Amino acid sequence: MTPLIIISVLPIVLLYLGLFKAQKALLPVAIIGMLVAMGTAIAAWTTQDQAQPIYNGMLLFNNFSVAFTVVSIISTILILMLSKGYFEKISTHVAEYYAIILFSLAGIIVMVSYHNLTMLFIGIEIMSVSLYILAGIRKNDFASNEAALKYFLMGAFSTGFLLFGITLIYGSTGSFDLDAIRDWIVTHPRKVDPLFYTGVMLIIVGLCFKVGAAPFHFWTPDVYEGAPSLITAYMSTVVKAAGFAAFLRLFSACFATIADFWAPVLMVITIITLFIGNITALYQQSFKRMLAFSSISHAGYLLFAIVALGAASANSVFVYATAYSIASIIAFGALVLVRQQTGTDDFEGFNGLAGKNPFLAFVLTISMLSLAGIPLTAGFMGKFYMFSGALLQYRYWLVIIAVVNAIISIFYYFRVIVAMYFRPAERTEVVVPAYYKFVLGFSALATIVIGVYPTLVSSLI
Amino acid sequence: MTVSILLLLPVLAAIVVSFIKNGSAKHASMFFALAELALAFYFLSGFVADRSIQYAIDLPWIPKFGIYFSAGIDGISMVMVLLTTVLVPIIILTTYEHQYKNANAFYALILFMQAGLLTVFTALDGFLFYVGWEAALIPIYFICALWGGENRIRVNLKFFIYTFAGSLFMLVGIIYLYLQTPNKVYDIHAFYDLALSPGQQSWVFLAFFIAFAIKMPLFPFHTWQPDTYSEAPSGGSMMLSGIMLKMGIYGAIRWMIPNAPLGFLHWVNTAMILAIIGIVYASIIAFKQKDGKRLVAYSSIAHVGLIAAGIFAWNLVGIQGALIQMVSHGINVVGMFFIWDIISRRMNTRDIDQLGGIAKVAPNFAIAFLIITLGTVALPLTNGFVGEFLLLKSVFSYGLYFAAVAGLTIIFGAVYMLRMYKGVMQGQLNDLTATFTDIKGSEKLALGIICALIIVIGVYPQPLLHISEAAANHLFNEVSHKFMNAKF
Repeated sequence: MTPLIIISVLPIVLLYLGLFKAQKALLPVAIIGMLVAMGTAIAAWTTQDQAQPIYNGMLLFNNFSVAFTVVSIISTILILMLSKGYFEKISTHVAEYYAIILFSLAGIIVMVSYHNLTMLFIGIEIMSVSLYILAGIRKNDFASNEAALKYFLMGAFSTGFLLFGITLIYGSTGSFDLDAIRDWIVTHPRKVDPLFYTGVMLIIVGLCFKVGAAPFHFWTPDVYEGAPSLITAYMSTVVKAAGFAAFLRLFSACFATIADFWAPVLMVITIITLFIGNITALYQQSFKRMLAFSSISHAGYLLFAIVALGAASANSVFVYATAYSIASIIAFGALVLVRQQTGTDDFEGFNGLAGKNPFLAFVLTISMLSLAGIPLTAGFMGKFYMFSGALLQYRYWLVIIAVVNAIISIFYYFRVIVAMYFRPAERTEVVVPAYYKFVLGFSALATIVIGVYPTLVSSLI
Repeated sequence: MTVSILLLLPVLAAIVVSFIKNGSAKHASMFFALAELALAFYFLSGFVADRSIQYAIDLPWIPKFGIYFSAGIDGISMVMVLLTTVLVPIIILTTYEHQYKNANAFYALILFMQAGLLTVFTALDGFLFYVGWEAALIPIYFICALWGGENRIRVNLKFFIYTFAGSLFMLVGIIYLYLQTPNKVYDIHAFYDLALSPGQQSWVFLAFFIAFAIKMPLFPFHTWQPDTYSEAPSGGSMMLSGIMLKMGIYGAIRWMIPNAPLGFLHWVNTAMILAIIGIVYASIIAFKQKDGKRLVAYSSIAHVGLIAAGIFAWNLVGIQGALIQMVSHGINVVGMFFIWDIISRRMNTRDIDQLGGIAKVAPNFAIAFLIITLGTVALPLTNGFVGEFLLLKSVFSYGLYFAAVAGLTIIFGAVYMLRMYKGVMQGQLNDLTATFTDIKGSEKLALGIICALIIVIGVYPQPLLHISEAAANHLFNEVSHKFMNAKF
């Protein structure tokens, strides 16, 4: 469990660095710390996955956790590298940003490795409280304040649902432990227990809030829009991936045997999520809002893995979440740069970008192709795994609906490409700092490498 | 030597060309295209025209999901490989007079697309086939949208969405077949060996049919095509109509009918009727076209409709006819688009009514145009005749009335094509056309090669037929066997 310890201590170190005005050391220390944490996480990876719960059965750090921890850390590193010089513009207290982001990362590591429902709750709370602060970190900005308040209220509600659900499950099974709950379900087959089933439903509600699945998605667009872009990037990638990891762990470890009960519910949620996310994304004028709504639709695709729960689900979620995260990081990184130059989040801001910044336009194109799920990008592999899993479970209609949605999504993803390449505009060159070049280039390369040879990531879990 | 070299070379070439400065990009791409052609001929020289798959490669790609990088060349693939590798250098040659902005990107995309096309034509793994299918689509989207005409953005988005939608349904079909295989592999032979119920096959057939019908395009899935062809830059139109639409036909022969023979039996009448409606419908619209490029686009729908009808009749003659007609149509349509490219570059119009009498000032051009026109209207001793004859024979064995209606394509084709020729080349010179200069240099070379191919294939098609005969025969027998064993 060393990674969790390192990630928890690291922010305190950073706060001290901030106290002693060592601003320049913040980013390097944070990155080195995370790399060390990542190294220890990788060291915990085993070919024969026989990890046992630790800390009195509170946490289970198996390959699943390792994989999601590593991808969360990598995404966070990439986002922090983009934030070089970004937070300084917003505020003078830079150390706090790094510290809060890392605190939420600690919560995320708990979320992907819990083995006890109390730890799930604690993990989600550590993550969420940090995010409430991050969303509202631009104190004097109205939109940022609104985002924080909205996020906080909605988040508090959802936590309430989640907690209530956990309580009901505890009430009927007598335990918070995932194994104990599973054993209870197995030993009480088909025993109608309204308490327990209600608990499962409430947990679904709580988790759907967290991952931004419809109809519990109403906070997403406003919060994503109001929060600073890089915080939005963090929320829509790392947080979402972790949310699904937590979701999947609970349902595959505990509730798999009663899938008949909750699968129809989740299927309906999936379908609503896909349509709401895609159709509303279609009407956005702001690139950032489009990304927010499209992130809802991606939550819909990710739900596939849970609806069609199977041996490959963990893999599917992992590949999809990885693909989605790296593509989103490119999109948000490019957005930050374009916004700095044009002062707008709208699609028009991207007009003619290809003429002046071929590199930026190219990586953003790869990102959009990946989000749209075009072959030879990581996003396609993610969708491919999802579709395969769903077809394996005979969820044909779900796949057909997903296909229709994938077609709709082409419209808005290609709007960016069209704006960049085919709409002329007078513009000056955007300066792409070296850090951005590295992060964007790395992410684009990773997108293609995973798209061409997905075995690299798909055989990890 | 395995087919992987053939697939890799254009990818590497595309990467190299994209870094070359604009001026020499076309020469570099020509060099690579010729190298690819030489490679194809090398493969041809060692090719044994039996039913076997040669130069095969089979590497684990995503073994966990039963996905292998598995490709090879049999007689049917060989014809398609030749078509692709011969046409790409010709298409590059036809662009020599253009000064494209960012030429390196243009040529890199053409080469990348070639890799995708060749992957489609040689893939023996369903997943690889799909990847190649899409890999050919992305470059052509950018080619058309970056270097196309005025309405290119809207038109190309429509084109892209249509084809992407079709291919996603195909993907679902492929995954479905994969899940039915006992060993969970995407191997085409495992797909062939499946014994699905007629109901299942019916769905699989539809999933493939949507993709292929959009790509070809068959009526009523064709609405993207005339707009896209006329808005695309000539090189793009040539890639699209000369090679890319053959992906749909090839897919039908190789993937759709053998994978779901009973589904095919169930839907064949509908498919046949659509194909034949398309022939007549497109021909009638072609009559009314004033824009030369649009006329060629509609004539292309008619010709492809006939090829599709020949395949749906499902007999050996039809498959053979389809293969040779794919080659002929590819050559002819590239020639036609080049003709219109030359005209529109010189006259700044493609309106047939504004032209006239060009034959008087440009005799060489007139001869080439005439040969290509005659090839397109399938005059005996031109390449179009061999294919159309075989295809009509095939449709005839399916049904007399079908053949009677499908045969109209030849009459209609002759009418609108010769009318077009007359309108452009004969009659009186006007102020505009009096300035027309005859073809020279690269134009002359490209048209010369095209005309030579038209005549050579028309006079002596036997070698081409011979390459594919054994493989087509084998495929036909295999599927017919399933028809006979089918339990309904």
